Amino acid sequence: MLRYTLVRGALLIAGLLVSSVLIFLTLRVFPGDVAQLIAGTQASPAEVEALRESLGLNRPLPAQYVEWIGGVLRGDLGTSLLSGASVGEELALKAQVTVPLGLLSLLVAVLIAVPFGILSALQRGRRAGTALSVGAQALAAVPVVWAGMMLIVVFSVWLGWLPPQGFPRTGWATPGKALESLLLPALTIGIVEGAMLMRFVRSATLQAAGQDFVRTAAAKGLTRTRALIQHGIPAVGLSIITVLGLQIAGIIVGSVVIEQLFTLPGIGRMLVADVGTRDLIKVQSELLVLTGFVLIVGFLVDLLHRTIDPRQREAA
Amino acid sequence: MRPLWLRRLWAVSTGRFGLIVVAIIALLALVSLAWTPFDPQASEIRDRWMPPSWPHLLGTDDTGRDILSLIMAGARTTVFVSVGAGVVATLVGIALAALGALTARWLRETVAVLVDILIAFPVLLIAMMISSVWGGSLWVVIWSVGIGFGVNIARVTRPELRRVQQSDFVLAARAAGLTAGQSLVRHLLPNVAPVFIVQLSWSMAVAVLAEAGLSYLGFGASVVEPSWGLLLADLQRYIGVHPLSVIWPGLAITVTVLALNLLGDGLREATDPTLRHRAAEVHTPGVVA
Repeated sequence: MLRYTLVRGALLIAGLLVSSVLIFLTLRVFPGDVAQLIAGTQASPAEVEALRESLGLNRPLPAQYVEWIGGVLRGDLGTSLLSGASVGEELALKAQVTVPLGLLSLLVAVLIAVPFGILSALQRGRRAGTALSVGAQALAAVPVVWAGMMLIVVFSVWLGWLPPQGFPRTGWATPGKALESLLLPALTIGIVEGAMLMRFVRSATLQAAGQDFVRTAAAKGLTRTRALIQHGIPAVGLSIITVLGLQIAGIIVGSVVIEQLFTLPGIGRMLVADVGTRDLIKVQSELLVLTGFVLIVGFLVDLLHRTIDPRQREAA
Repeated sequence: MRPLWLRRLWAVSTGRFGLIVVAIIALLALVSLAWTPFDPQASEIRDRWMPPSWPHLLGTDDTGRDILSLIMAGARTTVFVSVGAGVVATLVGIALAALGALTARWLRETVAVLVDILIAFPVLLIAMMISSVWGGSLWVVIWSVGIGFGVNIARVTRPELRRVQQSDFVLAARAAGLTAGQSLVRHLLPNVAPVFIVQLSWSMAVAVLAEAGLSYLGFGASVVEPSWGLLLADLQRYIGVHPLSVIWPGLAITVTVLALNLLGDGLREATDPTLRHRAAEVHTPGVVA
């Protein structure tokens, strides 16, 4: 286990290094003159030069990279080129919307995927099972932004139950309102991600149903369904954990689009705005935080899987 | 005489559905080059917000543009982006898989680790990275999906490539004097093609979703280019008053993505004989908008 943790940890660190270098190089080497971009076309060459100097853009790239990463490691994500605000502080503020949104979406996805996935496997070959898997296949093809629009049409325009857009200015000081405005967005991401997750649950359940230990339990007198639920489902739970890592990446991506649709002041919406205004330092740190998050979640999921699955430990 | 795999694909119901729908979309795109019911960009203020009726079969939008014509023209963009992304994914995938399977050990292992790392990058974040540098365009979608899914393809193809490379007939061919490059073209690529084509079909589905999502966010199609994602963004502004018009572009995207996914499923069933006796596994869709 220790050996595995070390090897997997080394891969995580390599991953963080490679992604930080890729993000840095893409944003620094290619874009032409960052200083000119910020100063605007009206600026005199001297002004641009002064700006370049103050941003440290004259120094060699490796030095700039080391400075950036050094800052990140000390918890300093830099400051916005345009507003001068601290990127870290702004991220922390926006995370108050995005993190609850992500957790709620994950909850919805699991609540949809696990019962329906198992049901569709149990009903395989029958009408209900076919209907469930066709539904999941179709839902997985729906663009998340359109799913959100349809939910707005039903729950806000027609029924008038939930606000169509926005987040209360008072934030979590009014928890009821804040939660209310996150319900539709979380439902949107949760349904689309849940449809994908459901197909995994289904195939994992089917795989478990074919295992010897489930067949033995059935041979010893349990019904096939009981045998599957008592002995097969724990194995299904394991494979779901591995998929959850992937789902989290999906939820992050979904939140970028969904925060735009529902005008939620979260990390995704900030990233879209910063890419639009080309606030490169901010984009650079935001992308690093997001990809870093995906990589770290992947690492934790792998470790967790290893810890609770005795077969994997034995195999090592 | 139709080739065997095509007949098998036709025999699988998912494959048949996928093939037919993909053909219809491609045909719509082709027809839209020469003819659409109305000029998709011509606004006729008197005809704004017409309900679905003759001659505007799917109604009109806020400036009186014909929605059916916009969707037909949008199919063009969808086909362009998904084919473009498919080509880039193929090139990136083959290059990375070949580097990861056929080269010296140290290079092979390094590439494999690199692919494992890159696979965690969501396509949308790649697209944002490229957009913040060059601004948004359809090319951003093509490159980001192409790179993102090329890595996926490389990961799936690499073990196949290694397996074939170590098979007796390839070793025999090499012993008989075939160079590495010749054997790649003559033996290796044709043998991994089935795995490859299936992945390609799925990556094109991802490209359609990504184009819609990125155009919606403003990083894809420009205002003058017809695009389903852009149409969604346009119609969304009036969702409170005209809620039903957003149905059409969304439906077009969903049906296209579904068809490409099913085509991939069908191709896999048609080309992989071991699958016909096994419960179908679920593929891992790429992470997109």
